[in-house]
Amino acid sequence: MADKETLERLKDLTSEARKNILRLCHKGATHIGGDLSMADMMTVLYQYGMKHDPKNPAWKERDRFILSKGHGAGCLYVTLAMAGYFTMDEVLAKYREPGSPFGEHPSGEIPGVEIATGSLGHGLPICVGLALAARLDGRQNRVFTLMGDGETQEGSVWEAAMAAAHYQLGNLVAFVDRNRLSLDGETEKLMKLEPYAEKWKAFGWRVEVIDGHDIAQIVDVFDRLPPPSADQPTIVIGETVKGKGVPSMENDANWHAGSIDAEFLAQSCAELDAARKRERGE
Amino acid sequence: MAKETFQFFTLIEKMSAREVYGKKMAEIGSKDERIVVLTADLMRSNRTGDFQKAHPERFFNIGIAEQNMMGIAAGLALDGKIPFVSTMATFATMRACEQVRTDICYANLPVRIVATHGGLTTGAGPTHYGQEDLAIMRSLPNITVIAPGDPNQIGKVVEAAIDWEGPMYIRIGRGGEPIVYQEEYEYKIGKAITINDGNDLTLIATGSIVFHAVMAAEKLAKEGIAARVIDMHTIKPLDREVVIKAAQETGAIITAEDHTIFGGLGSAVAEVLADEGIACKFKRLGIPDLFAGYGEPEYLYNLYGYDAEGIYKTAKDLLK
Repeated sequence: MADKETLERLKDLTSEARKNILRLCHKGATHIGGDLSMADMMTVLYQYGMKHDPKNPAWKERDRFILSKGHGAGCLYVTLAMAGYFTMDEVLAKYREPGSPFGEHPSGEIPGVEIATGSLGHGLPICVGLALAARLDGRQNRVFTLMGDGETQEGSVWEAAMAAAHYQLGNLVAFVDRNRLSLDGETEKLMKLEPYAEKWKAFGWRVEVIDGHDIAQIVDVFDRLPPPSADQPTIVIGETVKGKGVPSMENDANWHAGSIDAEFLAQSCAELDAARKRERGE
Repeated sequence: MAKETFQFFTLIEKMSAREVYGKKMAEIGSKDERIVVLTADLMRSNRTGDFQKAHPERFFNIGIAEQNMMGIAAGLALDGKIPFVSTMATFATMRACEQVRTDICYANLPVRIVATHGGLTTGAGPTHYGQEDLAIMRSLPNITVIAPGDPNQIGKVVEAAIDWEGPMYIRIGRGGEPIVYQEEYEYKIGKAITINDGNDLTLIATGSIVFHAVMAAEKLAKEGIAARVIDMHTIKPLDREVVIKAAQETGAIITAEDHTIFGGLGSAVAEVLADEGIACKFKRLGIPDLFAGYGEPEYLYNLYGYDAEGIYKTAKDLLK
């Protein structure tokens, strides 16, 4: 259980991250709905949970993070910028510019990005490899990934889920952005994922189901993590809302991807500020 | 080089590249801790059991999950390991094609994919034939594509692979292929081996068909036709110089491969000739545009006209 000051700091950062996500969406089209639903978990990962050094991205003992849902590139760029890998100005200047590494899906050339992602179902197998490598080297770093819930319709995810449990990879922690919407609509209508937690349990994982927008709950997940030497991988199913924080975008599959105009940006940022003020009791 | 290493065969000795691979891996695994071996429930087929016994902690049998295996290999390589990944050519290049392309090739990781049962060597039917693998792999950026010219050459390839930059696709057969090289020789990735000199025409072959090219050359020699025989063990990057020289000096080229004639060795050679604007007599031999039927390789090679006899006949026709 983190202290109040830490929680308030993280909440401020998350609110700022959402505004940056919207600024980026104004610069060029992003997968805005998913960027907003994953923002809390990403902020807590980089600002609280992970062992990493933005000044030394190649530090051997660092925790690894792979954004398996590569279309969440916008949120990743914002998170990395706010963590200090580069500046938000740089991202805003370069996003979707010709020849820029800051594209619609993250390229491996960006500081802090371990490997390019975008095609779904690739992250978890790579994480199994990274976790095995850490074990072979006797390192105590963890390997984190964030997947979309729709992404876990891919068979390769379950191949890797099987392997992570088989190799007893307690140094592997996967987050799922369970916003229940994919491009074409509701995951449960499109291709049912439930009973979701039970599926992961059956595959031998340690399962946490949390409110993916509740900073205290996300922090607690990290505080409860077994040591990297543990014998069971952890999955954190974060129940989220696509488009979270921008009322007109929330739970609307039409906001899977797109861009916003200046007026929408200003109004949404004002709403986010107002919501944060209410939350603080101001 | 050919003069010292190559002799016309009196006794055909056969060997399994899989056996050579298995033994070599156990040996080099002791020298380099970065080396890890992965297989997808084909340890007994890949002959990687010796490595498993010697280095159990660096051996991973991923089960029947090739996509996962390639992704795991990418992760291991991303963190400093040199994974040697084995499965059958058809599964390595098609079932897990996107992982090979996006996770391994795009990231330019030093994963060594050792694909067994290339071409029609299994005899197990179209589901198990690797008849498009070279074409698929050759189209991917960053990867080096190799088909050793005889079963023993895999040992040299594996040694050269340890410090080679970027991903590699190494294609071997099922086993029981004849030995071409009787004596020691120098092997370099990307440098074709001229097994036999000759100026009447050039036979360019790869993998298990190198032996057949040599046999065809022997038959042609008896009729006074001097065929140059080239072991094009590296399909990508292709030894362009040797192709250009062959066209200029012999005026006729036949390519032969245990692979569809689309996109493999023959296409690669044709591209060089077209790009360079060199005209010469030219014929590609390989699997025609069909799913090959059942049969032992020798039968199928003969049926589709790229065994020693087929190459010989094509050479005679080409020189008419």
